[in-house]
Amino acid sequence: MSADTYSLPKLPYAYNALEPSISAQIMELHHSKHHQTYVTNLNKALQSLKAASSAGDIAAEIALQPAIKFNGGGHINHSLFWQNLAPSSSADAKPDAAPALMADIDKTWGSYDKFKSAFSTALLGIQGSGWGWLVKEAQTGLRIVTTKDQDPVVGGEVPIFGVDMWEHAYYLQYLNGKAAYVDNIWNVINWKVAEQRYHGGAKDAFSVLKASM
Amino acid sequence: MSATLMRTVPALRGALRSGVAKPAAALASTSFVRGKATLPDLPYDYGALEPYISGKIMELHHKKHHQTYVTGLNSALETIASGDPVAAAKAAPLLNFHGGGHINHSLFWENLAPASREGGGEPDGALAKSIKEDFGGFDTLRKQVNTALAGIQGSGWAWLVKDKNSGTLSVVTRPNQDPVSGPYVPLLGIDAWEHAYYLQYENRKAEYFDAIWNVINWKTVASRFEKA
Ligand SMILES: [Fe+2]
Ligand SMILES: [Fe+2]
Repeated sequence: MSADTYSLPKLPYAYNALEPSISAQIMELHHSKHHQTYVTNLNKALQSLKAASSAGDIAAEIALQPAIKFNGGGHINHSLFWQNLAPSSSADAKPDAAPALMADIDKTWGSYDKFKSAFSTALLGIQGSGWGWLVKEAQTGLRIVTTKDQDPVVGGEVPIFGVDMWEHAYYLQYLNGKAAYVDNIWNVINWKVAEQRYHGGAKDAFSVLKASM
Repeated sequence: MSATLMRTVPALRGALRSGVAKPAAALASTSFVRGKATLPDLPYDYGALEPYISGKIMELHHKKHHQTYVTGLNSALETIASGDPVAAAKAAPLLNFHGGGHINHSLFWENLAPASREGGGEPDGALAKSIKEDFGGFDTLRKQVNTALAGIQGSGWAWLVKDKNSGTLSVVTRPNQDPVSGPYVPLLGIDAWEHAYYLQYENRKAEYFDAIWNVINWKTVASRFEKA
């Protein structure tokens, strides 16, 4: 495997481990098909970029940027997403697993419930495909951001956790009822991973990508 | 709808107006009752497009998704009509999204038909001639549309459009629910949101893009082409 070949990371749990919040069928398609497609197309785009670069073809290099952003973003986002989920029965899925982060959430939003409601509103306000993220920024502290399509949060902020709001993330189970998906995702957030990311930098959060090269 | 709204949202103006003023024309089912958008009836049964689009998809797509756009459009229109400029400005993106969703789906239902009736086949007459001139042929058009659909990064639509000024046909894509506007008149739209195919085709969206050609209503496309 060359240095610019990415591969699909293994899920840290079984496909059915997030039931009943997210069905095994969704998890399997989402991971083995959707995420795999981003990885495959990212590798293709990077290979073309290499060829364009060694040929000194800057027009071709520029033309490849959207594909790299979209598929690279898809790979980054899903890799972070799998890690920031956990079976609801595990200790990691309890907000207690993130004491420092939770204190900051209380300070920023007033309470965990108020944060949850603000985050859920942001998720349901996405028009089209996209993601909602809790991020930490050096200057502004904790913030909720939404991103369109597969735009990744790579602007220096630390992604604490993300929620996939593409229809493929919930449709087979929730159909058009995305509010119920958003309600249930709170049962499977991995607060232990969120706490780790909260203490680390952006580089630490993205280390999962290095591991899957 | 107030005159203020008509001035504020040029992109939607034409489409909304034609929905009100020409109920029997191209946007026949973009129906409004006393300025309120309503969900149009489908011109066929939910199961009528099977096996290409399942009855379950059609039912959810029409009764739930399209209805949500209608409801969202009416609520945005109400906010804008309330006269509070701050609230109105905030509602503008919602008007674009839900208004676009209502327009796009209304056009979409009409450009589909059961394969046992008008659905499928190839266009003929003046439309076929134009397709030959602008694309080289029907197969090339189909390929271009499918390539455009496959290239949508996220949710969106692909459209066969006619340029009002030049009369030229082309294929364009629009993200999310952005409606076709400007010099372009929408002739044929294909919904590339995941809700349009996921229950039947899952991640295999190319299969949906191939299948949908069996249920395209070329009569509708031709009539839009002639009026444009
Ligand atoms: Fe996804
Ligand atoms: Fe749709």
